[in-house]
Amino acid sequence: MNTPLVEVRGLTKHFTRGGGLFQKGTVVKAVDGVSFSIDEGETFGLVGESGSGKSTTGRCMLRLVEPTAGEVRYAGEDVLAFSSSRMRAARRHMQMIFQDPYSSLNPRMKARDIVDEPLIIHKLGSKQDREARVAELFRLVGLDPAHLDRYPHEFSGGQRQRIGLARALALEPKFIIADEPVSALDVSIQAQVINLLMDLQQRLQLTYLFIAHDLRLVRHICRRVAVMYLGRIVEMGDTEAIFASPAHPYTRALLSAIPVTDPDAPRQRVDLDPDSVSHDAALVEVAPGHLAAVR
Amino acid sequence: MAADVLLSVQGLTTVFDVGATPLVAVNDVSFDIRKGETLGLVGESGSGKSVTAYSLLRLVQPPGRVAAGRVLFQGRDLLALSEKAMCGVRGAGIGLVFQEPMAALNPVMRVGRQIGESLVVHGLASTRQARDRAVELLRAVKIVDPEKRVDDYPHQLSGGMRQRVMLAVALACKPPLVIADEPTTALDVTVQAQILDLLREMKRTFDLSLLLITHDLGVIAEVADRVAVMYAGRIVEEGPVRTIFRAPAHPYTQGLLASIPHGRTGERLVAIDGVVPNLAHLPPGCAFAPRCPSRLAECERAVPPDVRIDEDHRARCVLHAAAGAGAGR
Repeated sequence: MNTPLVEVRGLTKHFTRGGGLFQKGTVVKAVDGVSFSIDEGETFGLVGESGSGKSTTGRCMLRLVEPTAGEVRYAGEDVLAFSSSRMRAARRHMQMIFQDPYSSLNPRMKARDIVDEPLIIHKLGSKQDREARVAELFRLVGLDPAHLDRYPHEFSGGQRQRIGLARALALEPKFIIADEPVSALDVSIQAQVINLLMDLQQRLQLTYLFIAHDLRLVRHICRRVAVMYLGRIVEMGDTEAIFASPAHPYTRALLSAIPVTDPDAPRQRVDLDPDSVSHDAALVEVAPGHLAAVR
Repeated sequence: MAADVLLSVQGLTTVFDVGATPLVAVNDVSFDIRKGETLGLVGESGSGKSVTAYSLLRLVQPPGRVAAGRVLFQGRDLLALSEKAMCGVRGAGIGLVFQEPMAALNPVMRVGRQIGESLVVHGLASTRQARDRAVELLRAVKIVDPEKRVDDYPHQLSGGMRQRVMLAVALACKPPLVIADEPTTALDVTVQAQILDLLREMKRTFDLSLLLITHDLGVIAEVADRVAVMYAGRIVEEGPVRTIFRAPAHPYTQGLLASIPHGRTGERLVAIDGVVPNLAHLPPGCAFAPRCPSRLAECERAVPPDVRIDEDHRARCVLHAAAGAGAGR
C-alpha cells in the first residue's frame, strides 16, 4: 500500500450569494465536506456535472480559492495552514492545468515567456539555464522549439494545451491538478493530449487529480474516481468497480446518460429521482474500497 | 430527385473572401435528407458543418458567400429565391435550433412570445392564438407547468429548459425540417440524454426530418439514421449509421471512431496524428493525407474522387477507388 501524497478532509467552501446593505445573502454550499486521498503516482478522478463543486474543490486544494473549512495535506503537511510565502514555495510541487487553452494563456506573451515565467518567479537558474530548460520543456510536451517565439494565437487548441502543460511542468511539480484539460479540444486531439499526460506521468512520476465531466475519459485514465453531486462526494472507489456496479442513484443516472457509440446497443436510461438522494447520508462501504452515500 | 427526398443539397460551395485567395469553408457538398429521416453531420471544429447549415438557410454573412450549388427543398431551389420568399421558408419550412440557447433567445422577451412570434410573423395565428399555441408547444417539449412558464424570461430557466424552449420555437410553425446545430454541446450529460430523448420523440410526433450537426459521434449513434462526415470543408464519407460505425471506409472516420475513449483503465487512446489543416493552406490532394496512416503517393497529388462503395455508402478516398465506380453526383 502506497502512502497518500495528498489528503483532503472535510473540505468545505461556502459562497454567499446576493445580499447587500439591508439584506442577508443566501449561502451556497459549493463544496460541502469533501474527503479523499490520492496515492503517489496515481491518477484520481473527480467527476460531476456543472455546479457539482469539482472545480472549486481543485481550486481550494491549491488555495486559488480559500476554503471555508477543512484540511488539505500534501506530503503530510497542512497546506491550509501555510503562510503566503510558504504557500508560494509549496506551489512549486503542486501545479494546475486549466480547461480553456484559449483564455488561460496571456495572449501578449510569447510561448517562450509563458513557459519561462514560473522559472523567473521562483528564481531558478541563469538566463542561459532557463533558455535551455524552456526548450527542453517544449520538446517534452511534443512541441517544436522552433516555435518558441510564437504567440498563443498562432498555435492550435491542442498545442496551446501543451504550452499550458509545459508551464505547469517547469517547476518539476510532483502533483498536478488537471481541470477539464481536454474538454475544449476536438476528439482526435483529445486523445493526443491524454496520451501525453499518461506518458509524462510515467516518465516524471507524477500524481494527478483529474477533474472531468466525461466519464468515458475518466474510465480510461483514472484508477480511482469520486463522483460529486451538489457539493458532496456521493460515490468513490475503483473506477472499474464503479462502472461495473454503481451504487448511488446519481452515479447510475450519470453512467446511463453516456452516449453509447454503437447504434445497435440497447439503451437503458436511468433517470434520477431527486427524492431518492438523501443529502445527509454518509459514505458507507458497499464493497471493499467502494464507498457510496446510500442508506 | 427521388419522391421521398425532402432536401437535396447539390454541389454547395461557400467561400469567405478574406485575404488574397478566398477560403473555401464548404467545398462541393452534396447530400439528401429523406422525409422522416435524421442525417447526422459530424466533424471537428472548422470542418464546415455549421457553415453548411447556415448556407442552406442563406444566413451566411459577408465576407462569407455561397459561391455555387443548389439547395432543393420542397421542389424549389432555396438559393434562387427572393429574400422575401426565403423569409417564408425560415421558420415555416425549416426550423433551426442553436447550440447556445442563452445566446439565441431574446433575454428581454417572455419565452411564450418568442415561441409564438414566428406564427404571428408567418400569419398563421393572432397574438392571442399564438400564446395558446406556445403553451401547447411548451407542454409538447415536456416543460412542467407550461401555463406559468410561458411568461418566464429565458434567464429564469435552466440550460436544459432553455434548449426545450428553443426546440418549441423551432417547431412552432410545424416545419417539415429542423436543423439542430450542436443542440446538446453546452449541456451536462444527463440533460443531454433528456434532450436527445425529446428530439427522438418530437421527430415522431411532428413527423420531422432532422439535420443534426455535432462533433460527438456518441450523439450521432443515439439519434441519426444516416451520417455524413466532414473534414476541411468536404464530406469525406456518407452512409447509414450502422455502416459508418461497423465498417467505416474513410481513414478519417476510422480514426475518429478509434479516438473515442472506450477501453479500460490505463490503456492508451488511439489518436490521429497531426492537426486539422488550416483552410488557407490546404494540401493540393486529399486534405486528410498528411495525417492519414494509409496514405499513398497519389493522395497528395489530386483530390480523391467520391467513390460509391455500395448503394447508400460513399467515401472520398482512393483506397476504395479500385473497388467502386465514381459516385457521379
